[in-house]
Formats: sequence, C-alpha cells, structure tokens
Amino acid sequence: MIGNIIKKEFKELFVLSTLIPIVVIAIVYGSAGNMIGNVQESIKEKPVIGIVDMDDGNFSGIAMSVLTGNAKVVYNGSGVEEGLQEVREENGVALLAIPENFSHSIYANNPGEIEIYWIMKGAGMMDSISSGAVEGLIQAVNQEISKTLIQQGSSSDPALVLAPTKRVETTFFKGKEIEGLSPSTLSNMLMSQSIVIPIIVMMLIIMAGASVISSMGLEKENKTLETLLTLPVRRSHIVIGKMVGSALVGLIMAAIYMLGFSRYMTSFQSSNINLADFGLALGMPDYLLVGISLFTALLAGLALCIVLGTFAKNYRSAQALVFPITALALIPTFIIMLKDFDTIPAVLRVLVFAIPFSHPMMAMRALMLDNYWLVIGGIAYTAVFMVVMVAVAVRIFNSDRLLTGSVRKRAGLGRLGRGFRR
Amino acid sequence: MKAVEVRELVKDYGNFRAIKGISFEVNEGEIFGLIGPNGAGKTTALRTIATLLQITSGSITVFGYELPKAAGEVRKIISYLPEEAGAYKNLTGKEYLNFIAKFFGEGEKFQNMVQRGLEIANLGERINDKVDTYSKGMARRLLVGRALMVNPKLAILDEPTTGLDVVNAREVRRIINGAVEAGVAVLLSSHNMLEVELLCHRIALINDGKIVASGTAEELKKEYDARNIEEVFVKAIK
Repeated sequence: MIGNIIKKEFKELFVLSTLIPIVVIAIVYGSAGNMIGNVQESIKEKPVIGIVDMDDGNFSGIAMSVLTGNAKVVYNGSGVEEGLQEVREENGVALLAIPENFSHSIYANNPGEIEIYWIMKGAGMMDSISSGAVEGLIQAVNQEISKTLIQQGSSSDPALVLAPTKRVETTFFKGKEIEGLSPSTLSNMLMSQSIVIPIIVMMLIIMAGASVISSMGLEKENKTLETLLTLPVRRSHIVIGKMVGSALVGLIMAAIYMLGFSRYMTSFQSSNINLADFGLALGMPDYLLVGISLFTALLAGLALCIVLGTFAKNYRSAQALVFPITALALIPTFIIMLKDFDTIPAVLRVLVFAIPFSHPMMAMRALMLDNYWLVIGGIAYTAVFMVVMVAVAVRIFNSDRLLTGSVRKRAGLGRLGRGFRR
Repeated sequence: MKAVEVRELVKDYGNFRAIKGISFEVNEGEIFGLIGPNGAGKTTALRTIATLLQITSGSITVFGYELPKAAGEVRKIISYLPEEAGAYKNLTGKEYLNFIAKFFGEGEKFQNMVQRGLEIANLGERINDKVDTYSKGMARRLLVGRALMVNPKLAILDEPTTGLDVVNAREVRRIINGAVEAGVAVLLSSHNMLEVELLCHRIALINDGKIVASGTAEELKKEYDARNIEEVFVKAIK
C-alpha cells in the first residue's frame, strides 16, 4: 500500500522539467568545487616573491635566509622596478625590499623598515590567500630577528624585541598604485562596500522570481490562464505585465529585507579608511550604471522566470521551479565573494558572465577599479538576454505549450519577432 | 456574414490527431452546439477557434477574420468560457468583472459592461465577497457574466452548465438565450444532449474527432428516425 503511494509521489515529482535544472546546477557546483580545489592546491605551494636587499647587514641576512627558505624567490637583486617587473612576469605575490639602514636601525633600537610592494590580482576572499602566506613569512622574519636580539642581548627595549620590523606597503591593483594598504585590508574594504549589491540582487531575484513563477503556476491551477489568453491583449503585454508586477513585489520585499540587512552590515564597518583617498570611490554616473545594471538584470531574471513558469503545471510544481533560479542567484554571489571575475578559471568566467544576475553583483567593484567595459558589456548582454527571454516567453504564450505542455513546431528566431507582435 | 466558418480543420497533439477534418458554420444570432462524448474533440475545436491552440491544417474564420493571422482581431470580438474556468481567488466578484472589462473599454463603456456583468451574475451582495468564498454555481454565474458582459459578437461556451444543479443550469441557459436575443452568436459544446436539444438552433454531433451528423434537432431526429438527440447520436456513430 505505502509502496503504491511512494511510487505515485515519486512519479509526480521526478519529472524532466525539475530534473534538468538540478543536473545543470550540479555541474556548476562541480566546477566551483574544482576552483576551490585549485585554490587549496595553491595554498600548499610556496608564495612567489622577489627580494631586494640593499642592507646586506646582519638582520637583513636573517630575513633573506627566512624568505629564501620558505618562498619561491624569482628575483633577488638590487632594483625595485626591475624586481617588480620580474615578479609580475612570474605571477608572483610581492616584492620585499630591505633598505640600506635596516640592520643599523634595529641596532639603534628602531624597528627596521621592510618595503612591501604587493601585486594584487583580485579582491575576492580567496584572492588574498597568497598574500596571507607572505604575511606569514614576514612574521617568521620578525620571530627570527627577535630570537637573535634576545640571544645577543642587543636590545633592552621589549617593544623592539617583540616587533623588530615595520612595514611600508604599496599595493598595485588593476593599474592603481595604492599606498599604505595591504591586499587583505583592501580586499576587506572593497568587500564591505560591494557586498550589499550582490545580496540585494540575490534577494530581488529570489523573491520576484518566486512570485512570477508561482503566478504562472496559480494561473494554471486556478484555471484562469485560458481566459487570460483569449482577452484582447498582446501576449507580450501579458509577459511584460507579469514581469513588472513581480518586479514591484520583489522590490518592496527586498527593500524591507535590506532595511534590516543594511543595519546589520553597518555594525561591521568600523574602518576609518576612506576609499576616495585611494581613488576607489564611486561617482553619480557610476551609481547610475549600477542601477541600470541592477534593473536590466532583474528584468532579465524575471523573463527567464516566466519561461520557467510555463513549465509549471500548478502551484506545487512552480515551487520546484524556483530552485534553479535560487541556485543561479547564489552561484555568482558566492563565486564573486570568493574570487574576482578576472582571477576565476576561464570556464567559470564564461558561466558567471552568462548568468545575468552576476553583472550588478560585479558592477560596483568593477566601477571602483574603472573597469567600465565589464559593466557596460554586462548591461548590454543582460539586455539582449532579457529581450531573447521575453521573445521566447511570448513565443511559448503563442504556442500550444501553455495549455497542452507541448509545442507543435520549434520556434525559429525569425518567428520569435512575429510572435512578439501578436 | 457567417459568425464562424470552419473548413477541414485538423488538430494534432504530437502524433495524436484530435480533430480529423471537421467543417461547420455558425450563423449570426444563433446558438450552435457541438455535442459528443468526452474526448470527442469538442474542447479542442472550441480552443482552436478561441485562438488558444494552433491550427494543424484547414481554416477558421470568425466574422471574416482568418486565424491565426488575425488572432488579435478575433480576440476583440469573442468571449470564451472554458469548461473548468476559474476567477482570481484573491479578487472579489466585482473586482474580477472590473479587471476583465478594462480590456474591452473605458469610461461609460466600461461602466456599462460591469453593470451588465453584475446583472447577469446576479449575486447580490455576495458580488463584493472574495471569489474563493463562492459556491460552484455562484462562480459559474460570475464567469458567465464575465463572458457575456463584454457584448461579444461570438460567445464560445465550453460545457456552460457542467457541474451545476438544475436551478443554476436553468439560470445559465436563460442568460445564454438572453444574450442571443441581444444579437450574440453562440458556439457551445456539451455532452448533455437534452440540454443541447433545448438550447441550440443547430447542432453538430462529433465523435472521435469527426462530425458524424449536423442540422437542427428536428431535422436530425427525422433523418435518424429517433425520439431524441441521444438516440440520434447512438444511431449516427454506428
């Protein structure tokens, strides 16, 4: 008896329309797993650095010994510019320069200066892992110098023994030279500034998408769809009407959500660093671009939801169809949080670009770094995606699929435009 | 002008042929009934004429407009009542009539339509209640009101009295007759042969996707030497 019920439930739920999105999402997560695996592999590798020793003293010798023993040194010379060039070519993390008076300064009870020139590739959480390894090396240098100071009894200043070096940092990131900030500090700042948009996008897409898909399921379940389709209104107007209505609902719900979330986020932002001082602040045109990107992505997402919604047989099956949209919103959110668009593997880059929701998520950080092409290209792609999805939706509305679940003929692109006008 | 002209209509669902070349006409101001058992192709025929389904082959014209080319024009002059139609449950009956009427007119025209819908539905104060509180008969009266309030030139009614009790079914039939007196052409389907005999000026018997007989009830009874349409149908499909 129970087997009969299980069989019925299984057959009802295990259908192609719900299976395909799960398979696609599984493949995507598999790729994301590979990316994380690659990063973990890179953690085990020694960081690639360059060294410029202009001191040639006792303590710089200790530092050189620690650095050469624990890092892959691709440059060991006397020119900072030359060293930076070499480190860049070798895909390295940083160039560490020890100035002339390094040892002398420590013997004089002043911390020795280490100049660190960071080559920052991305602003994601995982992008700063390699710079973290270099931070570890500098700690090791400090420990070795401290040990020597204690053994030799060279200093009676406990503060110097505990911190025998100080850092002067310059970070090179996407053509910008940012003085006084390490990659991890910069990454954290950029993250705190740009995290809100991905969360808004994610909430908007999930909430508005769920309502548009559910609306399609309800139209079928409540038997109102047939009546709607025989009213003197263009199919494109039905599709756009559903999209805009859901977008408004999504906006209201996301706004309520964000009221709480922004309060939550501000509690973490204790940094006094002003991004504008480093040329990383956004102007009004930038915010306008972020807004356009957000709006086109929302409409593109909703157009996709309408197409998915046509597969819904009722409210229950509509709920299952919300899952792929949720996953599609979550994937770029996490990928972009972990890695920069430029530093993810090519396959994932194509995937992230192809998901229309990614673009507003990436927009703010891209604009801070003057990467206008990524944002404008993203808006153009998202707009094209939206138009194609609306055309597909209108085509489906004009076909038998909505009522019978099948299409008599495959719609060619040429017929999509004709469908729009009907 | 003919209200509807269907010529050699064929409709396939994949490999299944639901309608196998049917032809019939509906005149202005008449009630034409498509009758037959469940699965005979009645609903498919009505949905195709109502612009919901694509034509596999053959032709359909509605008041001179050819489908699917002039689907937009056809939708302006028809009103379709599906067999299992529903209304938006979160709306009141009056809000639902308002929603539909807005597609057909503005201002005074809109007001008149809604007023007509209210009269046809005849739900009294309950018209201001949410649709999901309505009984099946009340919901059907609302939907009939919705279908006829817009003054369509052609009303396509799929099993308009199905599931209704005798009183409600009689009321719906009275409303349909009233609409026809006002000049509306009606194409309806039913598997209730007695009802069709009472209501329709002309009928077509459909079975397995084909029309097996057509004419007035009297003509068919005479032709098949039968006492009623049910008997005609049984003899026609033999």
